[in-house]
Amino acid sequence: MKGTSGTLDLVCPAGTPAALRAAVDAGADSVYVGFRDETNARNFPGLNFSRADLEDGLAYAHGHGVKVLVAINTFPGAGNPGPWRGAVDAAAALGADAIIVADIGLADYARRTHPGLRRHLSVQAAASSPEAIGFYHRELGISRVVLPRVLTIEEIAALNKAVPVETEVFVFGAMSVMAEGRCSMSSYLTGKSPNTVGVCSPASHVRYLDTGDTLLTTLGGYTINAFSETESACYPTLCKGRFVARGKTSYLFEEPTSLNAIGILPELMAAGVTGLKIEGRQRGRAYVAEVVAAFRRAVDAAVRGEPAPPTDLVAMTEGGCYSAGAYRKAWY
Amino acid sequence: MAAKPRQAKLTLGPVLFNWAPGRWRDFYLRIADEAPVESVCVGEVVCSKRAPFFEPVLGGVIERLEAAGKEVVHSTLALIMNEREMDTVRALAAGTDLFVEANDIAAVALLSGRRHAIGPYVNVYNEDTLAFLARHGATRVSLPGELPAQSIAALAGAGVPELEVQVFGRLPLAISGRCFHARSRGLNKDGCRYVCAEDPDGMEVETLDGDPFLAVNGTQTLSYTWCNLAGELAELRAMGVHRFRLSPQDTDMVAVARIFRDLLDGRRQPREVRESLAGLAGGTPFSNGFYYGVEGVAFRGPESGASPPASV
Repeated sequence: MKGTSGTLDLVCPAGTPAALRAAVDAGADSVYVGFRDETNARNFPGLNFSRADLEDGLAYAHGHGVKVLVAINTFPGAGNPGPWRGAVDAAAALGADAIIVADIGLADYARRTHPGLRRHLSVQAAASSPEAIGFYHRELGISRVVLPRVLTIEEIAALNKAVPVETEVFVFGAMSVMAEGRCSMSSYLTGKSPNTVGVCSPASHVRYLDTGDTLLTTLGGYTINAFSETESACYPTLCKGRFVARGKTSYLFEEPTSLNAIGILPELMAAGVTGLKIEGRQRGRAYVAEVVAAFRRAVDAAVRGEPAPPTDLVAMTEGGCYSAGAYRKAWY
Repeated sequence: MAAKPRQAKLTLGPVLFNWAPGRWRDFYLRIADEAPVESVCVGEVVCSKRAPFFEPVLGGVIERLEAAGKEVVHSTLALIMNEREMDTVRALAAGTDLFVEANDIAAVALLSGRRHAIGPYVNVYNEDTLAFLARHGATRVSLPGELPAQSIAALAGAGVPELEVQVFGRLPLAISGRCFHARSRGLNKDGCRYVCAEDPDGMEVETLDGDPFLAVNGTQTLSYTWCNLAGELAELRAMGVHRFRLSPQDTDMVAVARIFRDLLDGRRQPREVRESLAGLAGGTPFSNGFYYGVEGVAFRGPESGASPPASV
């Protein structure tokens, strides 16, 4: 059930081969995946693809006219380029449609070694200006940029007029309040850098402490949130915790909300965006199937100029609520 | 016979906080006159809304620093969000006689092809990235604060460009389009009333248990602890790092610079400066965990200035 979106590209997450098939079946134009190691930014236990998994996934996706993008979007450590270069080599050898990279050195390696392999710039590179994007295009041959989640629709429209590459934006899933790929808060408390090992607020450092009437969530021994019996607890992602500043307790950085741009797809299309990205390689097959199908319907309606069909994705969101994030200026 | 050891140099990083213009000026003038540092960074890194306040005194500060023989480094914004901010970087990049420190890839793009520095807000994790930046004109790279010793050693092994490591002051951890100082008062960034000016070292952020662990500086989030690698200087030099950054805090930074100068010149040992550094930090705990590849908040070793934390 390939979509009718023409140049639009609905880019969908797959943390497992089952999720990949679900995404393809639900109407993805592209599916993005990662290898089962520290080379991608969703390096969670039980997730991701072996080389053989990717080979099978590519066959299934290509058989349905769907592209496969391989995220190799963490930053290779000094003295240890092997895993990252190996991932780029494998993606090229297996026939992936593109790689998604964040590190300048790795992009340079891919450009030199596999010039025919299409390169997308990961959101982890946080390139948000014509100057930065032009530089990545000129010097590293980047052909698509995934935009940071800090831009308004007006800014995205202006950007698309000024850059020589395709752009891709997030339309559903986790919100990012910090400039992506430039945050060491999690490694400050856990010693594990999201930039190099691919996990923010890792489960290995999370504890849930039930004190009777309160459930405390901690990360690296620091309390990130506390929930009464009537509240539903959410995962202690560091920047979405409740903290105290000047004696006042609040969600100082960001509420545990999700991004949902399904209601503004026509505006994003008018702004000249090519890729519409659904976040969530860490989520299960049911999430992928439901969210991808909903967006497929909404994108097709938007392309036909029809109003968006009603959807209810609240159950799919973090914290049970969502917003249009930075796409609306009020977010700041 | 080994060559004469390279002389170690100190860089005073840019003032990251929103200090009143008079105070900002007086701080830099005293640095010019008294601090034993080779290089001094000026310019707004965090929020472009602050720049108009100190711009009227900037020229005088630069003049005095240069007259004192300091190399002046012009630091750019860590996150460029609009055309007006890009214009400020363009203006710096157009001044071909200026030594500019790029804190964003857009600034790297504008400086490409001429001699410049890379600031700690640009992701430099490996040799390939370092080599790429050097090819485009970077002659000095101030490394990201979360790099462990192993990575620093591997990068230093590459030889060029010159590397710099922050050894004192709060570590920058994140930058955002959103202003948390404003948000903490129920304001937004446009109508922020410059509330960040009330916290000269950043606004302390505590957990619900009352553990201070972060500091907010407008759109920037920093460590609550102050980085202190006084005890690791000798090891860093042995790796081939010869330039060290002191990040300004609301304390006597001239005294801090003198201590680090003494350590680098071998006039004093880390254990001898432990108490004076702790006094200058006014009770704020130190950290060096990133260097050891563990939690950045941790403080290891007896030689670095203060007692280790009770638990992490």
